[in-house]
Amino acid sequence: MYAQMVKSTGKGIKSREEMTDEERQFQDRVDADEKIEPKDWMPEGYRKTLIRQIGQHAHSEIVGQLPEGNWITRAPTLERKAILLAKVQDEAGHGLYLYCAAETLGVSRDELMEKLHSGDMKYSSIFNYPTLNWADIGAVGWLVDGAAIMNQVPLQRTSYGPYSRAMIRICKEESFHQRQGYDIMMKMAFGTEDQKKMAQDALNRFWYPSLMMFGPSDKDSVHSAQSMAWKIKINTNDELRQKFVDQTVPQAEYLGLTVPDENLKWNEETGHYEFTEPDWSEFFEVIKGNGPCNKERLGARVKAWEDGAWVRDGLMAHAEKKAAKVAAE
Amino acid sequence: MSTEWPLWEVFIRGQHGMSHRHVGSLHAPDAEMAIKNARDVYTRRNEGVSIWVVKAADIAASSPSDKGPLYEPSQSKVYRHPTFFDIPDDVGAM
Repeated sequence: MYAQMVKSTGKGIKSREEMTDEERQFQDRVDADEKIEPKDWMPEGYRKTLIRQIGQHAHSEIVGQLPEGNWITRAPTLERKAILLAKVQDEAGHGLYLYCAAETLGVSRDELMEKLHSGDMKYSSIFNYPTLNWADIGAVGWLVDGAAIMNQVPLQRTSYGPYSRAMIRICKEESFHQRQGYDIMMKMAFGTEDQKKMAQDALNRFWYPSLMMFGPSDKDSVHSAQSMAWKIKINTNDELRQKFVDQTVPQAEYLGLTVPDENLKWNEETGHYEFTEPDWSEFFEVIKGNGPCNKERLGARVKAWEDGAWVRDGLMAHAEKKAAKVAAE
Repeated sequence: MSTEWPLWEVFIRGQHGMSHRHVGSLHAPDAEMAIKNARDVYTRRNEGVSIWVVKAADIAASSPSDKGPLYEPSQSKVYRHPTFFDIPDDVGAM
């Protein structure tokens, strides 16, 4: 769900009769929960959709370092700073696992970078919101990583082997992220009046953007239906959003904080909370590039890439020179 | 555009006495940097005691379409498994 609105073939699912022999064999393997590996035959749509989805997921991990990196030098204690540094480093690692998984599908790292920088590929809408106070770092870990886990846990069972293995590694590390966020929220919510206000303010600003992370309702989407048939999407966006709300509301209550939704109420019959949908027009604006921090985030990525070019070139030239020397000896 | 750093496959020995296992891949200009990067990317939580890196381009792999000719012959040789042979209980553990 770091991947939003990933489009597949757009044609809907083929019936078994419409499929070629290869497609049918492929679908049988997916249905039997066999993992598809890089050198196996796969439909072109499966390959392309996965490149978009895994690439977007990887970009989200990398861009996601920026809002949190903003607070590394401002963390309130040395311990908080060390923890945040480790967390942000994990995000870099997650991005790298995912880029490698995408590369097994025949796209190069540089192509992926270029597509991010040109705006051709997206990253999650959530990272276009600013982190204004220290409690935001708590809210990001608790809500944003919490929402990410919701989606990533089922994706461990995805049909594509390298993606599944990357998700397994990521999920192992992700619960540290959510717990460190909640730990910050507890400290703030149970602290002074001012600290509690900061915690409430962070929840107010991050609640709806977190709900948007799951993407708009896709119960009627042909893209989602195809992705689910291929097992590269396991649950609908609405299912995951509901699960997230059900899990998070009691956690907010424990903190003594108020979820900023007047319509939020427990429904005894369904066993779920009823809640207000986020403002989807805001979501589409953010996706289009008009969120509060889009330009800053992408600008920081492009600058890091361009400023690092001489280092990449220098190390490559050094490696080539050394290899030539060894070959000559 | 400058040249992309080559891709390296990373193998990690998780504990003493175990063999190295493939954990993933990364880009690095040379083997020395690949090991350093592998340390940062794949062993942030004590996952290993030893790292191997191999250039991805240097790995030869069997093709999925060879699955039949490569592995079928062993399927018909059930006598390679100890359970193929009935040993009377009276003989004791074997």
